[in-house]
Amino acid sequence: MSENRKLQMNSASGVSRRTTLKGLGAAAGLIAAPGFVRYGQAQSSEPIRIGFQCHRTGIGAAYGRWYERTTTAAAKRINDAGGINGRPLEIVIEDDGTDPKRGAEVVEKFANQHKVDLVYGTLFSHVVVGSAPAAGELKIPYYVVSEGYHVASGKLNRYCVQPGITDVKAQARSMAPWIADNLGKKVTLVYPDYAFGHDHRDFFTPAIEAQGGQVVAKVPIPPTETSFTRYFPQIPSETEVIYHVMVGPAVLTFVKEMGEFFGNSGPKLFGFIDSLEAVDIKSPGLEFLEGSHFWEGMPRYAQPDQADYVTAYREAVGIDENGASTQDAKDVSTAAHMFGCWETLNIIKAAMEACDYKGTDDRAAMIEATEAMTDMEAGADHPQGKKRFNGKTHQVFGEQSISQVVDGKLKVVHRTSIEDGAYEPEADYTAMSF
Amino acid sequence: MAFGPYFLLASLEGLVTAAVLSLMALGLSLVFGVMRVVNVAHGEFYMLGAVLAWWFSTLVGGHPAVGFLLALVLSPLVVAAIAFVAERLVLSRLKYEPEATIVATIGLLYIVQQLALTFYGPEARPVEAPFNYRISLPWFGYSAYKLAVIGFSILMMIATWFVLTRTKIGLVMRATQFDRETAQAFGIPVGRVYAGVFALGAGLAAVAAVLIVPIQQAHYLMGHDPLLLSFIVVIIGGLGSLRGTVVAAVLIGLSDGIISMFFSPTLAKMLATLAVAMVLVFRPQGLFGTVAR
Repeated sequence: MSENRKLQMNSASGVSRRTTLKGLGAAAGLIAAPGFVRYGQAQSSEPIRIGFQCHRTGIGAAYGRWYERTTTAAAKRINDAGGINGRPLEIVIEDDGTDPKRGAEVVEKFANQHKVDLVYGTLFSHVVVGSAPAAGELKIPYYVVSEGYHVASGKLNRYCVQPGITDVKAQARSMAPWIADNLGKKVTLVYPDYAFGHDHRDFFTPAIEAQGGQVVAKVPIPPTETSFTRYFPQIPSETEVIYHVMVGPAVLTFVKEMGEFFGNSGPKLFGFIDSLEAVDIKSPGLEFLEGSHFWEGMPRYAQPDQADYVTAYREAVGIDENGASTQDAKDVSTAAHMFGCWETLNIIKAAMEACDYKGTDDRAAMIEATEAMTDMEAGADHPQGKKRFNGKTHQVFGEQSISQVVDGKLKVVHRTSIEDGAYEPEADYTAMSF
Repeated sequence: MAFGPYFLLASLEGLVTAAVLSLMALGLSLVFGVMRVVNVAHGEFYMLGAVLAWWFSTLVGGHPAVGFLLALVLSPLVVAAIAFVAERLVLSRLKYEPEATIVATIGLLYIVQQLALTFYGPEARPVEAPFNYRISLPWFGYSAYKLAVIGFSILMMIATWFVLTRTKIGLVMRATQFDRETAQAFGIPVGRVYAGVFALGAGLAAVAAVLIVPIQQAHYLMGHDPLLLSFIVVIIGGLGSLRGTVVAAVLIGLSDGIISMFFSPTLAKMLATLAVAMVLVFRPQGLFGTVAR
């Protein structure tokens, strides 16, 4: 009965499976035929397509939102100035859910379906580590903005580079002298229990010991934890400084509960701003942070002495003097990290221009052009400050800010030099084959 | 920190967990006890309660307590209404068949979660606590709001107990739970009782969520862990037993607080899961449950 109906339907509409297939085949043949061009213009004006692996959802969503805004602003600036090698830049966005498995799938999707020129933009270190092998297998450049040490460690592959943001190893090392001189020498570390937190643990410990200090306790916290009070008793009473770095949706809870636990009588606090990225410092319950210190990659609050190119950058990405969105004062940015997107896109542009990038055949040449980079001057392309890129480790080094909470705002009190954080290269990607 | 204060802090943290958990597990237990429906979407009603609490609290200005109280009243009502509609549209059409309802509530879980992601977004947003008072103990400070959560949860449990055992609605519910067909023969509108119980269960989860958002923030994935813990509580306590649910929630909450503070949170979860396995093997009806008829 139902078969009869199907047959009738087919004959009624006049389209059988066979004719459909024929039509499809003809269309496919036409597309594949030589001389068929998708673009009416010359191939050279076809856009350069960059796949942006974005944490739109999952625990990295707040970062993802601001990475996306910064990327859009940087791409607009590049396009307004004539694009790359005369070709416009097009950003293709895929959500990785801040999930390593999904991250690898997204890289494959970029390479095989979207057919982008390169992949860029990942922040969370577990997603980078999960996606990097896919980038290596598919031989597609993978420019991360992650601040993890995994790139410089040599564990990834030649297609992975981090030219726009300093890694945790250099950040932690450059903080140690200042902490030992100004806050105290007995430090307890509170960090998320995965790659990013382990980097802090492994690199800050020897750095503070080199300053005559000591790590008296290490408190790892699972990344999906939502309640933190239970971890605070592990902090020994001899602690002089708590070094805290937390990420994810529960950061505000973490800092609030720390305040409830210690009040104003606890050890001094030194935090990586990751503990409060995208969170308003003036949130209720955070009053106890007044006077404490934070690492900032780039200052969230407009500083009185900032350069003109910094003002221009802040305007372009749309943040006000408090580091919140100019559209919505409650939407606080991830200013200490997102500059990396802006700088990385400018480095991609510079690398493509240096190797006269034509298409996907030039991917290896582009990596080589990036590896050849060294000093980058502070300016409109590098608003965070001057940088030094190491072609062997694929990792950039830069200056860091140490800021103090004064009247509910972060005020830069110290700026470290590139040398404070620099370390001897521990890997050589240039010796690897493509 | 000395053992005494350490233990006190662990117990306090455990009691907060137990307070929220018992409300949520009670909802799950009621739905199973009366309807014999395993509501996998229960965690999403909890999440919805938290998300709505954020929304209601941002509607009004002024003192944070105003927004919080508004959320505490309205959010459970809205969640209950949504659950009522879902029960009428989906579960009642499936004739409450166990397999079909499990699959249907899994579907409901994803629908609610994705709708929350679409309209609320992926951010974690805090609701301001109605009051911000820090109790200074000699060894550590503790949030007074957390103690209030424990108190309010006890009040809610007493209210639920009162409704179930001392009112006509409660009598009708218990009759339906005891024997559905006989209840129907005596003129009890079983369909409406089921819808009401489903709504009540979801409402209890929403109350738990409103209480927790000033501590934990609303996030679209927050329903997952409490759902698992609720299942553990309900299995250990015995499905459909109010007393069992409360006892098991306090047991699981306290052991979670104390074990995770003295040892590790992972060990606490392992032991809870082990307890479930032991209960299922040696006393499948749960500590306080009655053998299914």
